[in-house]
Amino acid sequence: MQRIFKSYAGYVLSLLVLGAGLILVTRPSLTAPAPTPDNLQITAAGATFPFPIYSKWFDEYHKMHGDIEINYQSIGSGGGIRQVLAGTVDFGASDGPMSDEQLAQAKVKILHFPTVLGAVVPTVNIPGVSAELNFTPEALAGIYLGKITKWNDPALTGPNPKAKLPADEIVVVHRADGSGTTYIWTDFLSKASDEWKNKVGKGTSVNWPVGLGGKGNEGVTGQIKQTPNSIGYIELIYAVQNNMPYGRVKNSSGAFIKADLDAVTAAAAGAAKDMPADFRVSITNAPGKTAYPVSSFTWLLVPAKIDNAAKKKVITDFLHWMMTDGQKFCNNLAYAELPKPIVAKELKAISLIQ
Amino acid sequence: MSSSVATVSIPTRPAPVGRVRSFLRRLRSGDEIAHMFTFVFAASIFLITVLLVYELYHNTALPRHKFGWNFFTTQTWDPVFDNFGALPFIYGTVVTSAIALLISVPLGVGAAIFLAELAPRGISDALTFIIELLAAVPSVIFGVIGVFVLVPIMRKYVEPFLKATLGSLPIFKGPIISGYDLLTAGVVLSIMVVPFIISVSREVLLAVPVDQREAALALGATRWETTWKVVVPYARIGIFGSVFLSMARALGETMAVTMVIGNVVKISTSLFMPGYTIAAVIANEFTEATGDLYTQSLIELGLVLFLLTIILNGMARIMILVTQGRGTSQE
Repeated sequence: MQRIFKSYAGYVLSLLVLGAGLILVTRPSLTAPAPTPDNLQITAAGATFPFPIYSKWFDEYHKMHGDIEINYQSIGSGGGIRQVLAGTVDFGASDGPMSDEQLAQAKVKILHFPTVLGAVVPTVNIPGVSAELNFTPEALAGIYLGKITKWNDPALTGPNPKAKLPADEIVVVHRADGSGTTYIWTDFLSKASDEWKNKVGKGTSVNWPVGLGGKGNEGVTGQIKQTPNSIGYIELIYAVQNNMPYGRVKNSSGAFIKADLDAVTAAAAGAAKDMPADFRVSITNAPGKTAYPVSSFTWLLVPAKIDNAAKKKVITDFLHWMMTDGQKFCNNLAYAELPKPIVAKELKAISLIQ
Repeated sequence: MSSSVATVSIPTRPAPVGRVRSFLRRLRSGDEIAHMFTFVFAASIFLITVLLVYELYHNTALPRHKFGWNFFTTQTWDPVFDNFGALPFIYGTVVTSAIALLISVPLGVGAAIFLAELAPRGISDALTFIIELLAAVPSVIFGVIGVFVLVPIMRKYVEPFLKATLGSLPIFKGPIISGYDLLTAGVVLSIMVVPFIISVSREVLLAVPVDQREAALALGATRWETTWKVVVPYARIGIFGSVFLSMARALGETMAVTMVIGNVVKISTSLFMPGYTIAAVIANEFTEATGDLYTQSLIELGLVLFLLTIILNGMARIMILVTQGRGTSQE
């Protein structure tokens, strides 16, 4: 009898305590601290690729306006899109533009603002052959579709008459983690080959027909360095910072271009004429004699209606500063600057934020 | 057994005032508080598990509705055209864990027998300390060592050797491409889990009462017969426990595996081909996943891993029940 009572009372009390604890944890409104009025906190989340330049910008901006802090979490483009749709951040960031479907889900209209440019380069490891090979878009698509399987395929020896390409199997390496780099690369391959477009398509992760997956730029680089006769793609910034040799890619004017910041900006300038009003544009294979074809914008995703007047003022002011004075920080961090005509268009678009 | 102290110290009193008073007295003496605290801790583990399953189930309505049971048998994983299946990941997870256990169980149990039964105490303690250090190494370190040391060794020496000697078996057939493959992932996992097996098994073997050993020796058994036929069977349950722990770690390991497995969504009989595991694909793709169906399919993979762990643990427990009664029992 006693034993039963003892347990019963104990269990009930304990469960009450546990239940109260759970309610406290799961109901954030009960425990959340009141917002402090003197320091304005703005939260943003999204793409990892532009994180170095974004954190530099937010830091510089904080130096100029001591009472404003912008907290950016580089959780990935997917997370950035999800959080801006859910309204849990003040603005988001993404390496790929939002799809029409995603925009349709938004409660408040979401605007795209290109911030900087990035590029993706092919890199190879063939014993005895320089890594700076020439690639046509068709050859790259053929390799990644698994149709071109040997290094001495005519599609590869043709543009590289001087290189002694071996008769060995090509080992294809791609990114295993979802990434903006893959988005740019597959977007480019989709334009190069209809078969790629219909069979594989473009995205931050795709259903790869062939190849090994490496995690991150460093994972892909590691696999290429260790595997003879391999090819992979990495971010231009990563290749530059690590002194990795990389190949040239043929652009829409027929020239083989080695990626650098000017060639990337040239690609954006080439696309500026046909820039749609919402800035959701792909600049892979852009027109222009010096344009590097595997380039892309990265975007900030800003709601078109911001209820908090103070936040609205800060966000519009920051966008304005970022597109003008802020651009000078780009080159040091190996990001390509926005071309002037696009900046002018974007500055006009800021007024759409209500 | 645990309540005997309490019942002895408290005389029976008339209900209900007496009960309340005795409850208060136990509260003061600490018994009831200890009881409540430990109960809360145990209950919270249970609640966390229930919540976990609920959240996994709740957040996978779309793919469960769209793919149903086909999710378990489909071999495609296509985020662009929204077609998802878990089979290649289940295969990769099970195969790498199986390789890991095949290598680490004999190695670990053998080492534990040496450390507990045969080695001088000083050497045993020193080695055990080193093994426990190994268990504390973060998995990313094993991944890095895997990439820079193990992958080239596997590609240049181990895999050509296996192909030359056991090449007639389908699991060792086919081209050796890069060393990033199922076999390498299994070997890295085995190195990661072997410290758990050694450490726990050694403790269990040391806990076998001396009487057992003395009795066997007195009956004329040799030292090895005593160890193998008396001590090890006595400690069997504990050794199995260490294997469960290792299996759980191997199934859920993410970082080290994704760095060496090659991350290819494909089912290959050959262990020289790359593969993919459930934990690795979730870690790789979740941050950049857009679209509800894609995200929820990744969450459903989490649910699949949970089910897989339950099924494999259940099978292992059944194995214990079946073997119970053979050799010396603990009862």
